Amino acid sequence: MTMPDTPTCSLTARAPASETDAAAGFSESDLAAIAATAGDLGIDKPRAETRVVVAMSGGVDSSVTAALLAEQGYEVVGVTMQLYDHGAAIQKANTCCAGKDIHDARRVADSIGIPHYVVDYEGRFLSDVMEQFADSYVSGETPVPCVLCNQTVKFRDLLTAARDLGADALATGHYVRRVPGGQGVEMRRGANPGKDQSYFLFATTAEQLDFLRFPLGGLSKAETRALARRYNLPTADKAESQDICFVPDGDYARVVEKLRPGATKPGDIVHVDGTVLGRHEGIIHYTIGQRRGIDVGGMAERLYVVRLDPAANRVIVGPRSALGRDRFVIRDLNWLGGGAAPPAEGVRCTVKIRNSFTPAAALVRPGDSAGRAEVDLDDPVHGVAPGQACVLYDGDRVLGGGWIMRRGAA
Amino acid sequence: MSGSRSDRPAVYLDYNATAPLRPEALEAMTRALEAGGNPSSVHGPGRRARATVEDAREAVAALVNARPEQVIFTSGGTEADALALTGTGRARAIVSAVEHDAVLKAHPETRLCPVDSHGILDLEALAALLAEEPEPARVIVSVMLANNETGAVQPVKKAAKIAHDAGAIIHCDAVQGPGRMAVDIHALRVDLLTLSAHKLGGPPGVGALIVADPLALAPVQRGGGQERGKRAGTENVPGIAGFGAVAKVLASRGREEAEAARALQERLEAGIADIAPSAVIHGAGAAARLPNTTCVGLPGVTNQSQLMALDLGGVAVSAGAACSSGKVAASHVLRAMGLSEETAREAVRISLGWASTVADVDAFLEAWRPLARRARPVATVDGGVAQRT
Repeated sequence: MTMPDTPTCSLTARAPASETDAAAGFSESDLAAIAATAGDLGIDKPRAETRVVVAMSGGVDSSVTAALLAEQGYEVVGVTMQLYDHGAAIQKANTCCAGKDIHDARRVADSIGIPHYVVDYEGRFLSDVMEQFADSYVSGETPVPCVLCNQTVKFRDLLTAARDLGADALATGHYVRRVPGGQGVEMRRGANPGKDQSYFLFATTAEQLDFLRFPLGGLSKAETRALARRYNLPTADKAESQDICFVPDGDYARVVEKLRPGATKPGDIVHVDGTVLGRHEGIIHYTIGQRRGIDVGGMAERLYVVRLDPAANRVIVGPRSALGRDRFVIRDLNWLGGGAAPPAEGVRCTVKIRNSFTPAAALVRPGDSAGRAEVDLDDPVHGVAPGQACVLYDGDRVLGGGWIMRRGAA
Repeated sequence: MSGSRSDRPAVYLDYNATAPLRPEALEAMTRALEAGGNPSSVHGPGRRARATVEDAREAVAALVNARPEQVIFTSGGTEADALALTGTGRARAIVSAVEHDAVLKAHPETRLCPVDSHGILDLEALAALLAEEPEPARVIVSVMLANNETGAVQPVKKAAKIAHDAGAIIHCDAVQGPGRMAVDIHALRVDLLTLSAHKLGGPPGVGALIVADPLALAPVQRGGGQERGKRAGTENVPGIAGFGAVAKVLASRGREEAEAARALQERLEAGIADIAPSAVIHGAGAAARLPNTTCVGLPGVTNQSQLMALDLGGVAVSAGAACSSGKVAASHVLRAMGLSEETAREAVRISLGWASTVADVDAFLEAWRPLARRARPVATVDGGVAQRT
């Protein structure tokens, strides 16, 4: 099955080890200057009296975030979220419920001398992220669980916990920038295009953004790695996972089947011209734009998944030309472009319909009901998949985004 | 870098987890460590170590009105519970729903006896459960003396009568008892009783099972013939010496310390009511409650947040049972009392002890005050919301 969009949740940390080679070549004064810039949170208070909660995953990004803020004089409190039973996720008995990441986060906190706590969000993560993920798949969508996690447990629950602690800010290791602007705080893409995580943060509200800080937003991964080594962090050379955290083996279908038993049924693979071409083992195994894995031999043309029809339990395939779309509707719009919603006449912007997508020019107008918007692309694009996020940009600035709806959905 | 901020608490109010070591225990342990010797050895150092162990055994026996030969030293409360529940060879166990995990998980065939909304064992339910047993003589009942989370004192003597009338035997986990209330194995009429040194200001890693009458008890840990064949393994002489020293201190000061704790508890709970009118003391309706234990729920503020904020404010308390990962689970004790998962996750436990002071209690109240401001207001009968002052 095709992977849902590549997750880049900073709290599960990622980056190929090859990048570590690039970490060499920074002088101590370079790194000190980088840390000083990154560690200026712009809070009008003596740093020693400024309490900052850092969401620590056990990965290198959040470890560096905590270390550099502690170095820059803030009162740093590390918090790690327990999101799911690690032992159950990897199906091995007698493993700790927490797994190695919590252990690593604790070791990092000890090494930099900050208090560290584990908060239990297993129940909320199950209902607000994992079950949503499964339901989305079952209904023929391609979900982005990392957005849901940021939106719920991270920036709703953890943020509330940080406020309960009397913190002045919640900092994470995401590669995204928070820039004070004329009409309030703006979100901008991470300075390094290869590491930008803004796609996964589009649902951050203005109120949340006000409380959040992203010290790594202006850094490259090489700079982060170099800082990790400078702070002697136990996680400095930790390998990173490209998987969704609760699907460590990449087998999404198994997770969906476990959460929603019996929801997957075999059905027909149908050509856009109506011809039944073969059978599939459940629509959860397919994603819009997917070519490999469509087992209908003997066709002269290359076929792609064009549409998933959960009602009829059908996978609709067609030639590459059938993939193109230039209009769709998004729901649950989060608007960060100033004002309560996009202007009635629409706004010219660029959009990303998955994380690894070159932004495409579009006109975005308010939709016919609350929280909806219509996206009109200048040119058709391939792989518009319901359930994926559509994130709106003005250059580097994130204007917000929403979830791509199925054609004709109410 | 910021250095030692990671272990800040200066105010320790978590005696039910473990109590600070008393100087008397430290001194006795230091002496025993320096003296060395294996109590099983024939030579002089061995005999002196033996004397240290037997001296401690007498003190521990006296603490609960038992005879020295009834005391089996163990590695702690958990081992003593395991020895009681499995070493007695009973086919089935009936234990209260609010027992510590050391009891809940000790016997493979365990049924739970419910408690009421104050956390007190339901004696009628106990009698009914025993009546359902095909062979009550093959049953062991276990009821704790007082609950570690709420402090609710259990009707152990009445439970013992019910168990014995049915032909069963009964064990009592009394680790939270000494220094907080009187503990007398004869008055309680239980067959077995568990003690732990570190809950009393002794060292961790040492406890005892007190066996009231000659009872067939099979060792769980086999090897040498130590503890009259009931618990193999070279005795933890320094730990036992520390335990004995604490038992002696409690024999003379136990009542006085309990009274002092009661006065602090009253101050604490009055302060809580003043700061947060919506706060609830769980188990407050119990007929008797330990003088050192207060379990308080703050509506709208999770105990995770409370624990973290208090710790950052230099105050150590606890909540529920912490997993090895450090996450806080909802208390099975509060759930057994009928509280919702959400309410159970709003409760923290403050437990006082021998070194607690008025200043400690006041420091807790000060650190808790900002959290109390975030609490949900008291709901009134008509569904409205009362004004907080």
